[in-house]
Amino acid sequence: MSTVKFTEDHEWVLIEGDIATIGISNYAQEQLGDVVFVELPEVGREVAKGDEAAVVESVKAASEVYAPISGEIVETNDALDETPAKVNEDAEGAGWFVKMKLSDASELEELMDEAAYNTFTAGLD
Amino acid sequence: MGTQTTEDLLKTPLHGLHVELGAKMVPFAGYDMPVQYKLGVLGEHLHTREKAGLFDVSHMGQAVLVGSDHETTARALETLVAADLVSLERGAMRYTQLLNPEGGIIDDLMVTRPADAEDEGKLLLVVNAACKHGDYDYMNANLPESVSLEVRDDLALLALQGPGAVDILANWCPEAADLVFMTGKPTFFDDIPCHVSRSGYTGEDGCEISVPARKAEEMARALLSHDDVEPIGLGARDSLRLEAGLCLYGHDIDETTTPIEAALTWSVGKRRREEANFPGAKKILGQIADGAPRKRVGIRPEGKGPAREGTEIHDADGKVIGTVTSGGFGPTANAPVAMGYVAKEFAKKGTPLTLMVRGKLRAAEVAAMPFIEKRYRK
Repeated sequence: MSTVKFTEDHEWVLIEGDIATIGISNYAQEQLGDVVFVELPEVGREVAKGDEAAVVESVKAASEVYAPISGEIVETNDALDETPAKVNEDAEGAGWFVKMKLSDASELEELMDEAAYNTFTAGLD
Repeated sequence: MGTQTTEDLLKTPLHGLHVELGAKMVPFAGYDMPVQYKLGVLGEHLHTREKAGLFDVSHMGQAVLVGSDHETTARALETLVAADLVSLERGAMRYTQLLNPEGGIIDDLMVTRPADAEDEGKLLLVVNAACKHGDYDYMNANLPESVSLEVRDDLALLALQGPGAVDILANWCPEAADLVFMTGKPTFFDDIPCHVSRSGYTGEDGCEISVPARKAEEMARALLSHDDVEPIGLGARDSLRLEAGLCLYGHDIDETTTPIEAALTWSVGKRRREEANFPGAKKILGQIADGAPRKRVGIRPEGKGPAREGTEIHDADGKVIGTVTSGGFGPTANAPVAMGYVAKEFAKKGTPLTLMVRGKLRAAEVAAMPFIEKRYRK
């Protein structure tokens, strides 16, 4: 059983048991344009919700990606080193950034489900 | 996301076309301008280097300085710039900078002596959009009374850039193909009167076309009808000029930088050095003789991550020796590229530098510019 949640900062969080896979939303990649580099955190790092967890660079600008939840980084998507364009091609799939081990499952309750996120982004344009 | 309202922004004559083409519009220098179209910054950048890109640069300031004869007008403008303008041949174009009394750069500009004898005594100026009103005020306040400045808000400016640009333009304007780099002439695009120069801001061959505002859209639509022409936004304009090692006013040069610090010494005319009669001449000539305390250099960060404007540059001991003034990812270089100022002892090509990128030290080195092979047609 898996659930996808979203944040107001345009990250998605896929929860499978106590592991959360995190990336940026398709809306976010459209706004950023062509991604040319993703700086990912070290595996093993503990991050608190709201900490800078990654940086995504387009030709134009750098954007921070904040940890949507607290926990330990257990895996990073090293394929993005070679092909950062995966973020544009499949932001909510193969373009994932990190996997985290959740330390506080209650934080998930503050995140939006897909319908709420779609309503949120529709209000931004 | 921006909170600035778009109502107060100025529009170029091509505004409606940009919107129709699906451009993402952003405020720039008081204008509502296209930052990218459907291809996106990366695609637009690569397309320009491969084929031809059409840029709307109508926000830039076009003006004509008018005097009784070439020497009068050239000498008048020479009181504010360090280029040798008297020696300009008919139809020749020169890059220079308006200087303040301390030798700082008020703006950089292109100056063209018209090709036609009937335009004797005129110099065509193109200045930066964000600086134009200040430039006009400065020139009106400081130029001798022998000349007058005519602002040409009735003109639009298009740039067609890329290896295919001139051949494509020649379909409507055969005379474009006869121009050599940094020359221009009045001509026709079909039946549209215009001024074409072989010049640009991308490091590629190409032309800039000054055209009556009311005819600009017709011309742009004709050029865009060619299969190899794509519209290009300000995003790719910036990455293209950065790879070409060209300065962006307000970032790489400003009132605190001299042409010598900015590595633009080549633009200070030989005769002008001898005459030493331009603003800031003492400081500028002193820097030519003894070296400037800092210099603009190209920087290649190691790895794939860009170092952006404002990044601190350190020496091996962690001492701050300069700042990145433009930086990003070079789509053609396929690597991060940057330029910035470093203390003079670190300005030599190959010097190792350390960049402080978001709190982490990153290795880099001083690199030759341009970062790509320039393909101007001499």
